Amino acid sequence: MNVHYTGATDTPVRQITITIDGKEVSVPEGSTILTACNAAGKDTPTLCYGDTLTPKNACRVCMVELEGSRVLVPSCSRKVQPGMVVKTDSERVRHSRRLVLELLGSSVDLSTTPRIPEWMERYDADPDRYGERAGESRRRDVHEPGEHHAGDGSVADTMCQPIKIDNDLYVRDYSKCILCYKCVDACGSQWQNSFAIQIAGRGFDSQISTEYAAELPDSACVFCGNCVEVCPTGALSFKSEYDMREEGTWDESQQTQTTTVCTYCGVGCNVNLHVQDNKIVKVTSPHDHDIGHGNLCIKGRFGFSHVQSRKEDGDG
Amino acid sequence: MTVFGAGGGTSSYNEIEDADLIVFWGSNAREAHPIFFHHALKAIHKGAKVYAVDPRRSKTAEWADSWLGLDVGTDVALAYGVGREIIHAGLVNEAFVANASVGFEEYVAACEPWTLEVTSRETGVPAELIRQLAHDYAKAERAQLCWTLGITEHHNGTDNVRALCNLALLTGQVGRWGAGLVPVRGQNNVQGGGDMGAIPKNLPGFHDVGNPEHRAKFEHMWGVTMPPKYGLTLSEMMEAMDEGHLTSVYVVGENPVQSDADTTAVARRLQNLDHLVVQDIFLTKTASFADVVLPSTAAWCESEGTFTNSERRVQLVRKALEPPGSAKDDIEIIRLIAERLGHVWPIQTAEQIWDELRAVSPAHHGMSYRILEERGGVQWPFPDENGPESPFLHGRLWEKDPAKRGRLAPFGIIEHRLPVDKLNDEFPLRLTTGRRLTDYNTGVQSGGFNSPIRLGACVDISPEDMVRLGLNEGEVVRVSSRRGTVLAAARRDPGLRPGLLFMACNFPDEMDVNALTIEANDPISKTAEFKATAVKVEKTNEELPQESAVAETIDRDRPDKELATANEEG
Repeated sequence: MNVHYTGATDTPVRQITITIDGKEVSVPEGSTILTACNAAGKDTPTLCYGDTLTPKNACRVCMVELEGSRVLVPSCSRKVQPGMVVKTDSERVRHSRRLVLELLGSSVDLSTTPRIPEWMERYDADPDRYGERAGESRRRDVHEPGEHHAGDGSVADTMCQPIKIDNDLYVRDYSKCILCYKCVDACGSQWQNSFAIQIAGRGFDSQISTEYAAELPDSACVFCGNCVEVCPTGALSFKSEYDMREEGTWDESQQTQTTTVCTYCGVGCNVNLHVQDNKIVKVTSPHDHDIGHGNLCIKGRFGFSHVQSRKEDGDG
Repeated sequence: MTVFGAGGGTSSYNEIEDADLIVFWGSNAREAHPIFFHHALKAIHKGAKVYAVDPRRSKTAEWADSWLGLDVGTDVALAYGVGREIIHAGLVNEAFVANASVGFEEYVAACEPWTLEVTSRETGVPAELIRQLAHDYAKAERAQLCWTLGITEHHNGTDNVRALCNLALLTGQVGRWGAGLVPVRGQNNVQGGGDMGAIPKNLPGFHDVGNPEHRAKFEHMWGVTMPPKYGLTLSEMMEAMDEGHLTSVYVVGENPVQSDADTTAVARRLQNLDHLVVQDIFLTKTASFADVVLPSTAAWCESEGTFTNSERRVQLVRKALEPPGSAKDDIEIIRLIAERLGHVWPIQTAEQIWDELRAVSPAHHGMSYRILEERGGVQWPFPDENGPESPFLHGRLWEKDPAKRGRLAPFGIIEHRLPVDKLNDEFPLRLTTGRRLTDYNTGVQSGGFNSPIRLGACVDISPEDMVRLGLNEGEVVRVSSRRGTVLAAARRDPGLRPGLLFMACNFPDEMDVNALTIEANDPISKTAEFKATAVKVEKTNEELPQESAVAETIDRDRPDKELATANEEG
């Protein structure tokens, strides 16, 4: 029996050795190239990769060059095999990452995506070379199949659309959505199994939507916030964070994170309390904890306000 | 647990992922324990079969292959019917029964009257479904039997639990990876509170107050003589208040005026006390009756300590916020009270107190804060810091060596007894209570956030009864029991069978559900029968109360009230 015995047989896991940028690195069998890159200290940009989710291969920003492979391979999903020779910074890889970042940057608002400026600079990406952005579209939720009209190329088509604020718990700003599917998978069979959201539309008209684009309180959503937990760009954000960003008071450098145990039922989910000015400003959940794997329910995620309302009342 | 000799769930959450059969009996885990249900969903996607045994076709039942909609309070009968079918179909795990149990012959005899037909008539569950559950449970490679308050909040809650334990004993569905009995705890630290001795018969670390050897350990450590008498349970305290023996009460973190059955009686008792102290993070309705209120820190985010969850996992609780105003840590409040009583206790951190517990509780001995931190919590028993963790309990029952096997598990010979609050012509409907996804207990905590999916204070009624009573959704009805009456909006719920009503217990200010419930207590666990109340429903033109009642009680003037703060002299 080992730490948090999993019932699996105790067969030792084989180590696989591959070469990354000329240096050998060994990782357990079944690992991905991304894991090997991390082990080798190669910083690899990722967006659609989720440590609690099955790889979706949607964003293509983590592509690497694999010797003997005709095309670049997504490092987040390709499993290591003995003797693989991988290049993470070749001209082909740099060109591919640059193009992906530029296309995303020209069509999506990446202003709240962590590390984007750093990556843009590293890969000399210039999203502005696709021209001025087209304006906000109010029709993204309601278009008919095949209705899309290709533009004339004078402006860059975008995901830009009005922010959806239809409840007090979380906000959907699909102008920031890169269609990585992580929210869909977290809401679907991988974790929450509520199936409240899916991709609606095809091609450039695709977007994440509830059934018939219903407002969240009228949809199948149970407000667990597990989609917000995995969103890589801030397209989904907690209302508390959204409001503070709007006010200009959101300041991560002034925040502490403390892991404690949820105050509600007896399951014992761990919660990370993000605290700024002695107030809980958002609640996340540790992805590597084997009770919740980053998931919470509505009470664990949003049921902290009673503590703050005491503060407003003085000694309550 | 009397049966196996340790009070805790036998399995880890991860084990349910490997089960091929899951029975949710009196548990609506999908709503009440959503993240535990995530683990069950893993099994469901791998092909596990699921049974839901519940009077309501709950959200959990929507995930089940079969729903056994039994009449409220017929769990013992159903369990006997399942047991008899297992016996008669030759599906008993005879090797396990012979190895691990005592009382099998008596159990067989007790099952005998419960043929499928008799059981079906008594429970309202079709005979074929009972037969299928019996066969699937007995034949499963690894079956998990999970329950919650649907089993325990009855006048015979302990009997109900024993009835389920019997089934596991009969089939060997316990003490193996993936096979177990899982009582999912309703509150964050119910398990830990009990483990730490917050049970009238217990001292911390599973020690018995009545056992002189156990007491001696604590007497030695603390240098005091301990009273050998068991304390009173909550419901015994209520009786003692009625009889006038108990005149002073100190309530810590409970809101019995709203959470206990028959709230009118509870309020009367508290008002009649000579002295009531309430220690809470809010001025609850109970606190509004108090002579002294001690504002405390929120245990889960303003102080350090541990909670123990339903899989016996002790986890660190950490301080993230400075408490408001004069609120004090529970440890400090108790120390200051001791000081005023003339005992100078040292100022101790939560970790120092934990280490004291580790010194007397072998099951917790290996759990230093360092280990708890490193492993993200540890499951008891964990006597040795370097030792293995125990994902499941009672594996010893499978040992061939009698020395290793230890005490054999007895079958429970129990009687099927219907709920105390009988249905009749005046009160023809059965009301059961529970919790919905977004709400919790008396709403003191969950009322703090604005849930978009909160249904609020309403009474759920079957479509058939809606028609019979001439009701439309949202119309106000008066729900009355033999003890009290409340107004509520009617809500149509196709998951209810005719004759069954459901009310959430989380909105006592708008809808005092426990004014209706009966204080019929289980003789052993002393849990009240929240789940079975006889009521009638009448359509009314009265309006629902607009303002919450708690404001009135808080404003009510009590001249002798002193909002004490522990730091006045500290």
